[in-house]
Amino acid sequence: MESNTPIIRPTLVLLVLFTLLTGVVYPLAVWGVGQTIFPREANGSLIEVNGRVVGSELVAQSFTGPEWFWPRPSAVSYDASSSGGSNLATTNPALLAAVQDRIAALRSAESATSKDRVPVDLVTASGSGLDPDITPAAAHFQATRVALARGLDVGEVRRLIQDHIQGRTFGFLGEPRVNILKLNLALRNVQSHE
Amino acid sequence: MRKQQDTSLFDWRVTRPAFRAAFAKLDPRIMAKNPVMFVTEIVAALSTLIFLRDLVTSGQDLALTGQIAAWLWFTVYFANFAEAVAEGRGRARADSLRATQTETPAKRLASPGATSHEVVSSSGLKPGDLVLVEVNDIVPADGEIVEGIASVDESAITGESAPVIREAGGDRSAVTGGTRVVSDWIRIRITAKPGESFLDRMIAMVEGAERQKTPNEIALNILLTGMTIIFLIVVVTLRPFTAYSGTQIPVVFLVALLVTLIPTTIGGLLSAIGIAGMDRLVKANVIAKSGRAVEAAGDVDVLLLDKTGTITFGARMADAFEPLPGVSARELAEASLLASLSDETPEGRSIVDFARRQIGRVPAGTDKVAKAIAFSANTRVSGADLTDGTQLRKGASDSILSWCGMPGTPELRAIVERIAKSGGTPLLVARDKQVLGVVHLKDIVKPGIRERFAELRRMGVRTVMITGDNPLTAAAIAAEAGVDDFLAEATPERKLELIRKEQAEGKLVAMCGDGSNDAPALAQADVGVAMNTGTPAAREAGNLIDLDSDPTKLIEIVLVGKQLLISRGSLTTFSIANDVAKYFAILPALFVAAYPALDALNIMRLASPGSAILSAVIFNALIIIALIPLALRGVAYKPATAASLLRRNLLIYGLGGLIVPFIGIKAIDMIVNAAGIV
Amino acid sequence: MAPDILQFIVYAAVVTGLAWPLGLYLARVYEGGATFASPVLAPVERAIHALAGSRADHGQHWTRYSLCVLAFSLGSFGFLYATLRLQHLLPLNPQGFGPLAPDLAFNTAVSFVTNTNWQAYGGETTMSYFSQMAGLAVQNFVSAGVGMAVCAAIIRGFFAREQKAIGNFWVDLTRSILYVLLPLSILMTLFLVWQGVPQNFLASVTATTVEGAQQVIAQGPAASQIAIKQLGTNGGGFWNANSSVPYENPTPLSNFAEMVAILLIPAAFCSMFGRMVRDMRQGVAIFAAMGILFLGALALTYGSEVGGNPAFARLPVEQPAGNMEGKEVRFGVGNSALWAIATTAASNGSVNSMHDSFTPLGALAPMLLMQVGEVVFGGVGSGFYGMLSFVVLTVFLAGLMVGRTPEYLGKKIEAREVKLSVIAFLVMPVGVLGLGALAAVLPIALASVQDAGPHGLSEILYAYSSATGNNGSAFAGFGANVPYHNTMQGIAMLLGRFVYIVPMLAVAGSLAAKKSAPASSGTFPTHGPLFVTLLVAVILILGGLTFFPALALGPIAEHVSMLAGQTF
Repeated sequence: MESNTPIIRPTLVLLVLFTLLTGVVYPLAVWGVGQTIFPREANGSLIEVNGRVVGSELVAQSFTGPEWFWPRPSAVSYDASSSGGSNLATTNPALLAAVQDRIAALRSAESATSKDRVPVDLVTASGSGLDPDITPAAAHFQATRVALARGLDVGEVRRLIQDHIQGRTFGFLGEPRVNILKLNLALRNVQSHE
Repeated sequence: MRKQQDTSLFDWRVTRPAFRAAFAKLDPRIMAKNPVMFVTEIVAALSTLIFLRDLVTSGQDLALTGQIAAWLWFTVYFANFAEAVAEGRGRARADSLRATQTETPAKRLASPGATSHEVVSSSGLKPGDLVLVEVNDIVPADGEIVEGIASVDESAITGESAPVIREAGGDRSAVTGGTRVVSDWIRIRITAKPGESFLDRMIAMVEGAERQKTPNEIALNILLTGMTIIFLIVVVTLRPFTAYSGTQIPVVFLVALLVTLIPTTIGGLLSAIGIAGMDRLVKANVIAKSGRAVEAAGDVDVLLLDKTGTITFGARMADAFEPLPGVSARELAEASLLASLSDETPEGRSIVDFARRQIGRVPAGTDKVAKAIAFSANTRVSGADLTDGTQLRKGASDSILSWCGMPGTPELRAIVERIAKSGGTPLLVARDKQVLGVVHLKDIVKPGIRERFAELRRMGVRTVMITGDNPLTAAAIAAEAGVDDFLAEATPERKLELIRKEQAEGKLVAMCGDGSNDAPALAQADVGVAMNTGTPAAREAGNLIDLDSDPTKLIEIVLVGKQLLISRGSLTTFSIANDVAKYFAILPALFVAAYPALDALNIMRLASPGSAILSAVIFNALIIIALIPLALRGVAYKPATAASLLRRNLLIYGLGGLIVPFIGIKAIDMIVNAAGIV
Repeated sequence: MAPDILQFIVYAAVVTGLAWPLGLYLARVYEGGATFASPVLAPVERAIHALAGSRADHGQHWTRYSLCVLAFSLGSFGFLYATLRLQHLLPLNPQGFGPLAPDLAFNTAVSFVTNTNWQAYGGETTMSYFSQMAGLAVQNFVSAGVGMAVCAAIIRGFFAREQKAIGNFWVDLTRSILYVLLPLSILMTLFLVWQGVPQNFLASVTATTVEGAQQVIAQGPAASQIAIKQLGTNGGGFWNANSSVPYENPTPLSNFAEMVAILLIPAAFCSMFGRMVRDMRQGVAIFAAMGILFLGALALTYGSEVGGNPAFARLPVEQPAGNMEGKEVRFGVGNSALWAIATTAASNGSVNSMHDSFTPLGALAPMLLMQVGEVVFGGVGSGFYGMLSFVVLTVFLAGLMVGRTPEYLGKKIEAREVKLSVIAFLVMPVGVLGLGALAAVLPIALASVQDAGPHGLSEILYAYSSATGNNGSAFAGFGANVPYHNTMQGIAMLLGRFVYIVPMLAVAGSLAAKKSAPASSGTFPTHGPLFVTLLVAVILILGGLTFFPALALGPIAEHVSMLAGQTF
């Protein structure tokens, strides 16, 4: 009964067929559909300003000037052709040292809030190194510095932050957050209005 | 040996030789059969070598190393001791059997018709030899009667003092070597080879010499071996892992960890449990031809029981008097009594007894019987003629009516029909050709049997009654006895068919039987209990033999089978659960040098790393000793559903196994430190 | 904290609600029944079998079935290895990547064929699109399909009565892909694209950032691969940092969907089992045992992570959200802990946060889940048959304790089944402890360890647990891409895959040949709380006893030392 079911031919034929089906037909088909109905998302949710790509809303980029909100530390220096975290253990002194350095740097930059405790996300590296968000607390922590650097009213900057807080999806999924690139672009627009 | 008292668990006559036998068992060739204890012995030897090396080089922790090595040897020794005690108890039983198996002279006949015989030794007999056995001769070997009838005293084997009848042809033709003929003579054909007689087999079995591992024991052994391998990996890899962590653990400590982790408790007691189980069976006067049969008994789903002798007393007995209109109950009772006075059949006696109970006293006129009329095939009635000429007759409905020469009245027919329908036998009683009434004869169900069946049902065993009765009668008795099903108008063929049908549904069937025509069914059944009084064919076909020829013994066999498995399962669970506490004793002791903070795992707050390790090893050895009585006696078992049994055993042996070592190790640690031996 | 708990509850409810009916559908698929998809798929199926000559109507003995599994896996390995070694000669290589080194190609090919998807490489810096699509993504489908087929055959064996055949591998494999994996992947891909996962063939996009720097943003056909890597418990990311990368997992909603996808099919096997053995209670019992272990592990990891890093206690840092090193803001600690447990309960191995930076106890639970053989839902198919090996052992112990030869589903569990299960049980100790111990002493292996102290040992243990368990997640600080680990991990993965599959198929073959006895009150019920408790206890005690010493020197030592204020 069972002795005559073949082995070699089905192995080879099925491998070829499944390679075509799942390796070629499937990605191309969903590519076609995706490009048609979600073209922006399928192509990386890029943000263009004046016809030039300034980045993706999903990918963190480096902001170092005092007039910008800064993203979370990145273990890959915001290199979006790569990704990764620090992978340092909680008990690794290197992690402790890095966090202490970041706290010191932040405290010297944030004159107004230098006595406040630092929100942890601003001093810890994200998992991907490309985390596009910070917590609302981390944004507010930076508000005074940004306002000062831009000569804006702190209240206005805080309002802008409030406007850019994305709450939990459906009220319970994920965490409240602020997208740095969008916030900074909005900041630039506010200034250009004046 | 019947009703022999169980030797107390640690009878000195048994334990003293066991002390020595346990040493002999240290031979690695014997130990290799038990992988868990074999590993223990190897590492005990290893730690002894290390101790000796350290003694020469005066290494550190010398006292501790020495004590650990000693306790590892104790662990192996205790396990051997458990087995030796179990075997010793079996041997004590075997010795009493062997006493009956002395050389006896045998009168060998040259041919069936030979008139002269030559006297040879019983050990010189071969199967097929013909032997004459006369009054007061000992039957020289197992055999089958080819000619003659004799009463045989089988008390040497069964313990039953009343002699039994053995005759050629039929179902009682087997005789057992070692029994004694007390009347008449028989000629037997020898059926057993020397050294393979029934008695030999029995002795071998109780001594455990020929004990083969049962299927579940084999499976359990595989599991235990697997766990031993896993823990070997755990312990061997611990050295590299601790080396990585910057500390070096002495080999002796790793050895201690290994021995406490591998399931030495069950590994050490496994064969003792098996031998003790066989011993319990022998104590119940049942001989198993294989261990497999005993285990299968625990698995039985369906029990086929012969109605007669097992469920009922066998003979029909008077149960009620049903007088016709115009006849008083007393009148009928007296007539029945007088008609049955000289009837020596069980039925007749039961009528006399029953009538006397009804009347309350011995009625006047028992001396009125002039002539007893015995049952004859011609008239098919029996009774008595009285001195005053009154004729009393009793018999089946048709026979009495034809004696009276008249048709039955509708009232009579109604009574007869009702009794028949209820499974009873109507016996008509007539006086001077006038029917007085009917005696309701009934197959009386043994008292207590209903409760036994309810127990069996709870255990998941279905009982099926086998009877030659018609379906109507069978149904009534089945209902009264509380069996789950019945097979009426049974023939050997139908019995075999029923067994095959149940087995096709995946069920395990047990039955008992004695006749030659039971042999196919006995062979087909998963558990076939042959009666010792049965034919050689039946005894060959069955895989268990009941020396008492008591068909209710099946139930006891099922219990023994179950208890055997439960003991193994419970002690395995206990053994594995123990490991949790041992980890909390030993691991902090081993690791605290690498990471002092790991002392947090020392939840028992054992005094020092050395005493912690030693205490765990000592506990591990002593628990084997502590559990020997349990292994020999078997875990307590009361018939109950599987779910409630599991809950109970998990609570005792699972949860208990988790907790007990915490207490035990802590206590030993306190003693060890108080005594200052670490 | 409250929103986290709510997320856990909703997650459990959604997985259960979707997996249960899916399992009933799976039962129809593997029993060869007609489904709503049959009008379209049945002709395709017939055509495939005609072309392949697979004799779809012939049942196979377990030995034949195993041979087919091994042959197909070997063929897959050869095909993938060749692709990776020759990718510079093959099309769709816009970045112009060179061929993989032999040891990395071996490791990667084994990894994807065994449904492990351990990635010793970074996807965006190593793999051409052709290798990703025609090599890796195909294996994502077929290795998952093999696991599901094997499990279906094993379940058949548990139910069959006095039969030799346990199914036809070619039919089961084809059905797994056509009826289950492909349709679900298409739905999942579109959902992910909607949420922002790229699906294009651009090499990369160069952006001029707001501050004027150049940022090269990697692109590619990601969505189609991420869908199947989650559904097929593969876990191999398109990008290096896997599902923590915003492109791979852009929103809390995509995160939720990807987490559901991890457990969807593995959990569905419970109800499929119940249906196929004609007793739903059996499926419920196993589901309950898995659920209890899952929630217990989640409680440990979440409870440990939400407390933050004790080492920061003396710093002026606010840690309301807990330990955020290696985690993404949009997910927070709650979703990171939940993902970590789901991905290691199943043999998925994708990550949305860096397990290497978890607190010691937070990482202990994922490690233990892998070490018990990923039987808590587990890999598609592989988790369930792994669980069945524990069921066999539990039934054996419990059966003895009620005084009968142990039975499961009316089948007697005897020496042969125990022996085969014991062989399967040896896999994790050999792979994790054996190979891990080698790695802990060989200098050539030790060079890969990033962190000092007990965490370094945790990295080694995690790597070999992940490989042997066919998980694929990593303590990513461990530099695994060296010839030694590529080779040893490859061996661990092969061990973890095939030394489970073959013995369990043999168990199924042995059980299929047996009679099935109806249950009575003498057979203990393998449903209900008592059995579930016992099963959970057996898994915990057996797994715990095996791995506790090693874990005590790794995460547990790290934890107690950390509390004592020690760093390494």
